[in-house]
Amino acid sequence: MIEQIDVSQVNWARATFALTAMYHWIFVPLTLGLSFLCAFFESIYVRTGNEEWKRLTKFWMTLFGINFAIGVATGIILEFEFGTNWSNYSWMVGDIFGAPLAIEGIFAFFLEATFFAVMFFGWDRVTKKFHLFSTWMVAVGSNLSALWILVANGWMQNPVGMKFNVDMARFEMQDLWAVISSPVAIGHFTHATSSGFLLASLFVVAISSWYLIRKEHILFAKRSIAVAAVFGLFSSLFVAFSGDEHAYVTASTQPMKLAAMEALWEGETGAGLVVAGVPNPMKELDNDEEAFIFDIQVPGVLSVLATRSMDGFVPGIKDLAYGNSEQNIVGVDEKITRGQAAISSLAAYKAAKKAGDEPGAATALTEFDKNRDFLGYGYLQSVDQAVPPVSLVFYAFRVMVGLGTFFIVLFLAYLYFAYKNKLESMWGLHVAGIVSVFLGYIAQQAGWIVSEVGRQPWAIQDMLPVTVARSNLDTGTVVVTFFMFLLLFTALLIAELKIMAKQISLGPKGGDV
Amino acid sequence: MFRNVFSMYYDGFRSMVVGRTLWKLIFIKLFIMFAILKTFFFPNFLATNFSTDAERADHVLQNLTQVQDRADVNKP
Repeated sequence: MIEQIDVSQVNWARATFALTAMYHWIFVPLTLGLSFLCAFFESIYVRTGNEEWKRLTKFWMTLFGINFAIGVATGIILEFEFGTNWSNYSWMVGDIFGAPLAIEGIFAFFLEATFFAVMFFGWDRVTKKFHLFSTWMVAVGSNLSALWILVANGWMQNPVGMKFNVDMARFEMQDLWAVISSPVAIGHFTHATSSGFLLASLFVVAISSWYLIRKEHILFAKRSIAVAAVFGLFSSLFVAFSGDEHAYVTASTQPMKLAAMEALWEGETGAGLVVAGVPNPMKELDNDEEAFIFDIQVPGVLSVLATRSMDGFVPGIKDLAYGNSEQNIVGVDEKITRGQAAISSLAAYKAAKKAGDEPGAATALTEFDKNRDFLGYGYLQSVDQAVPPVSLVFYAFRVMVGLGTFFIVLFLAYLYFAYKNKLESMWGLHVAGIVSVFLGYIAQQAGWIVSEVGRQPWAIQDMLPVTVARSNLDTGTVVVTFFMFLLLFTALLIAELKIMAKQISLGPKGGDV
Repeated sequence: MFRNVFSMYYDGFRSMVVGRTLWKLIFIKLFIMFAILKTFFFPNFLATNFSTDAERADHVLQNLTQVQDRADVNKP
């Protein structure tokens, strides 16, 4: 990945944003999933009245609290970066992002904050049922917080429900429901949150496995595994289902991303899904090198995934770059021409407005409207700039899917041996369980690489490339902040790991938060 | 009612164990973020350099319409 970062300001700004987002996403998925697991554990306590379940709930709640406290507000740094490094983008999307983020602030945050205190401080002060209700509300509130930011991200990948205001240079919300109910936004939300449930299940299984290896807190660990493995299995299956749906939507909204995910250079009917392969690093848009050094494909599966038909046509990178008249695909080359026309019309509109020439402005606006959907392409210098880094996206996708499949098998194994009451003796399984929590984090990050690197060069799909989204800053400032964040987040991560490790070593008798 | 709510928070904060460390970390983090990073390294570019929305819009439009050679940075 280092080879892809050059010293230009925009790439350092991208690296800083990627660094911040990836660190932020270390904390977020665990919060999303562990909040629900705490609610499940407490529900069992309330139903059975067994104090051991209360002790168990309190232990996991303490780890939830540690992760929440360390992770809280790390996302705000992303907003700092919008205002400083990405000011053009920030200005242009302000109207779109304002509504979802305001809803997040008012609704989800306050829901979370109100019930948080009851969850941690209210054990002996409110009724069991009200405490349980509060725990569920924290879980719902945490996940609702994720909804709004993922809706915003979904809009960037598929800008719907908006109109570009040429006077203010802003995308303005026309239809909030279209933004919220966009299939891309829904796909992002369901896939990201369920992957958080999966990760939290791995987390609980891993720590419980550690106890079983050490022959400590055995009943506690077995009970935790039983609940987490069920939740993890259902979450894993849902992650696979939502991922499939998400890929289907991507095929129509971001076909270049899907083509990069599969390193599919030439479009095919009955296209095969590459189960494993090594993309040829020499392969480029303008040469005829083989796409793969080695690959294993399952025929027809990519067509099913993208079109829901074995014979469906899946466009390749070349089809999308140069167009394919048989399949009615407009190429990037033509889109660049139309994008440049949109920019010229915008410039003419601006000049006419400044000169007080209203008829001239109206004519320019009419011309702009004809090509407005291609605006972003006008900033590209050549066709190859519309192609994301293929190998990185290809490998990240396989890491994500491969690990996701492995987790299904892992949870099934845990449930099988729990059912057979043989968990205590399964040393190898426990080692795999402990390692898997780290693999879970790798799968999470790989998923975001597919999503975000796969949509390059766009900050807003087809509308605004990252090079125009940036601020006019000097590179040195951005480089300094990159390393400052690296230090800050690494310090936070070390703090979290140390506090977590201490609490885990104390075990369920370690006391409350 | 208010007394109960107050005492829940008061006793809750007083009896924290790990929570004390966590709150210290949260305050240090927020101080670094808002008092140092935001103040000295992350000024809002448009808010700092322009005083009205019209000026900000004009600046962004200028960037959108003045297509420069971005070949050095445009490659994903």
